[in-house]
This record gives sequence, structure tokens and C-alpha cells, in this order.
Amino acid sequence: MADHKTVYEDCDILIVGGGMAGTGATFESRYWGRDMNIVCVEKANIDRSGAVAQGLYAINCYMGTRWNENQPEDHVRYARNDLMGMVREDLALDMARHVDSCVHMFEEWGLPLMKNKEGRYQREGKWQIMIHGESYKPIVAEAAKKSASKIYNRVMITHLLKDESKDNRCGGAVGFNMRTGDFHVFRAKATIICAGGASHIFKPRAVGEGMGRTWYAPWSNGSCYALPICSRCKNDSNGKQNCFM
Amino acid sequence: MSTFVYMTRCDGCGHCVDICPSDIMHIDPKIRRAVNIEPNFCWECYSCVKACPQNAIDARGYADFAPMGHKVRVLREEEKGTISWRITFRNGTEKNFVSPITTKPWGKHIHKVADAEEPDQAAHESQLLFNEPDYLKIGDNREAELINEDGLPSRAKDTFKQGVYY
Repeated sequence: MADHKTVYEDCDILIVGGGMAGTGATFESRYWGRDMNIVCVEKANIDRSGAVAQGLYAINCYMGTRWNENQPEDHVRYARNDLMGMVREDLALDMARHVDSCVHMFEEWGLPLMKNKEGRYQREGKWQIMIHGESYKPIVAEAAKKSASKIYNRVMITHLLKDESKDNRCGGAVGFNMRTGDFHVFRAKATIICAGGASHIFKPRAVGEGMGRTWYAPWSNGSCYALPICSRCKNDSNGKQNCFM
Repeated sequence: MSTFVYMTRCDGCGHCVDICPSDIMHIDPKIRRAVNIEPNFCWECYSCVKACPQNAIDARGYADFAPMGHKVRVLREEEKGTISWRITFRNGTEKNFVSPITTKPWGKHIHKVADAEEPDQAAHESQLLFNEPDYLKIGDNREAELINEDGLPSRAKDTFKQGVYY
């Protein structure tokens, strides 16, 4: 450890994870906090990180409220039914209320969405719309780059910090640079955890000819769950892996 | 199956190392060429394949549906806004696909939120996000019962569609 530096960063908003959620949170944070120091920390490179690294051929959830295709309440009923009641309905509703404006924004940014004859987005299911999404992630990453004060690529957050003065309050996070081994300390007034879900839980990962054949990103190591658990945050850690899924 | 590197083409520039989301593309310290160090953790996301300026990286398809001897080449061009795929079968047949990756000049139409009008206190207290409710696009042609007083879509309970939702 003697060779490794410790790097300190004081920020107003710390976003842990630079996938779809993290880059989106970075973008939105800048709108509400103009003169804030907004820092996004990602273990890979935000241009191609998270579960949308390779692109995505569909947006899994689009209400179509403007054409009265579905309403947010419809989505809550679907989610409740699909998950056999084990769902935070308020979160499902909130997601459904805001997802359309988000998709419309992506279209304005240049994401190619397929249209049908009526000029509506082409559906391939009740909730899903089709896109040419090879650059879905780079486009959203571009938005985050325009918004963040600083983006740390290749820094893996390992633990959250607790606030010294206030009990049960997060005061930032610590992690390591994957390339140099430098230890990074982020002191933050607010921390948003947008880290990944967990793959390889129920089955060992595919081997042999099936190597890498997994639905979910192999690099999602469950830090979204681990970070709050390790720091014994009593916060309501919810909304995990909710975005568009 | 995972990616592999043609050693004669790779010049060790490290673009793949920089982009790999799984952090498994490394430069071998001895031969100074890129190598996939952990094929089990490769998702075939093609990030490295697209990033390689020498076209030195390829991915082999699964043998059960893609017989050996094929090739997949890809060219991503941000300026043109396209991604082009060339699939070569082992009997020489070629298939070419081109798809758009963006409909607008790259990055030019992404909001710079710092330049947007600053939200006032009322906006801070509302439930609306950036560009809402405008971007919900339910503005003028919305039916009265589809929108709440907070500007977000909502529906009265007695107007719910009947039936099971899938």
C-alpha cells in the first residue's frame, strides 16, 4: 500500500455507478443543483458500462400515455400481478409517470426509435418499444459528461462512509482505482447509489460452450445491494434495478 | 463465446482495455498484445471489438448455432451515425447489415442542463423532473381525467381498464 496515493474529493452529490441510472442521475442532478459539485464514479468507462454496454434493441417500458396506450396505474397493476404482490406500488407508479418524458428526451437526443404506420412508437409487446439502440449508452453517457463536474472512470466503490456528526446518514464513499490502485475518498453531502444488480447468484456462471451466455451482465456484482448492507444503512434501499425493466 | 485477439493485428494500443466494462481485456506484459484474461466473464458486448482501430478483436459465435469458421466484423461510425455488420459464413456467403445509431449529429442535441432556465422554489417542491410536464407530450390533446393537478398523468379508479394485465 505504501506506493498508493489517497485521493480526496469533496462533493455535493456523489453518484455511485455510471450505468444507465447513474448517468441519468448525474444529468438530472445538474438541473436541480446548478452550482453543485456533482461527481459520478464508475468502475468501468461510462461510455460502455453497465447492463446497456453493448446496446439494447428495445426500451422495455414505455407507457404511451400521450396516445392513451397505457396509464401509470395500468403499469402498477401489471407489476403487482407479475411479481405476485411483492412490489412497492408507489415506486412502480413513479417510474411509470416519468418514463415517457424520459423516452421523449432520448428521441430528441438522437436515439433512433422505430415508428409504426400511425407514427407511434413500434411496439413489440404491451410495454416494450423497439429502437436502434447500439449507442443507447454512449448517448446517455454524453448527457452525463455534459452535466457532471467530474467523472471518475475505473474507480470501484467498495464501502459507503457514515457521517461523523449525524447518525444514520451517509457521508460519502471510498473505493479503489482499478488501474493505479489509488485509494479514493469521496466526501459527499448526498450520495445516490446507482450500482449494479447481481448476476451469478442462483447458478454458477456458464462454462464451456455456454461461456458468457448469461442474460444479465456478468460484471454486475451486486454492489447495489452490498453497499447499503455493509454500511448498515437503515435507508429504504429501493428501486434497485427498476429502471426500464 | 468470448472475444479473442488476432496477435498479428493487435498493436497493443489499449483501446479495448480502456473500454471493456468487465475489465478483462488486458495487455500481456510479455508479448505486449491485448488478451482476454477471463473469458468466463465476457458478455460478448462487442465494446472492445468496436473500439479496436486495428480490427484485431473478434468473437466466436456459439458452436451450437454458429458453426466454426465464420467471421463477424463491425464498423461503428459516429459521424455517419451508423453501425455496419458483416457476417461471413464459412462457405463464403456474406451478409451485410447497416443500422442507425443516432438520428442527429452526434451529441449536438443533448440538453446541456446547466444552461436551462434555473428551476424556482415551486419547481423544487413539485414532483416534476426536468422538462416535465412538456416532455410527457400529453399537453393539449390530453383528456381531462388523464392528468393530475401535479401535472403528471393519472387515471381515476373508475376509468381503469378491465381485465388481467400482462
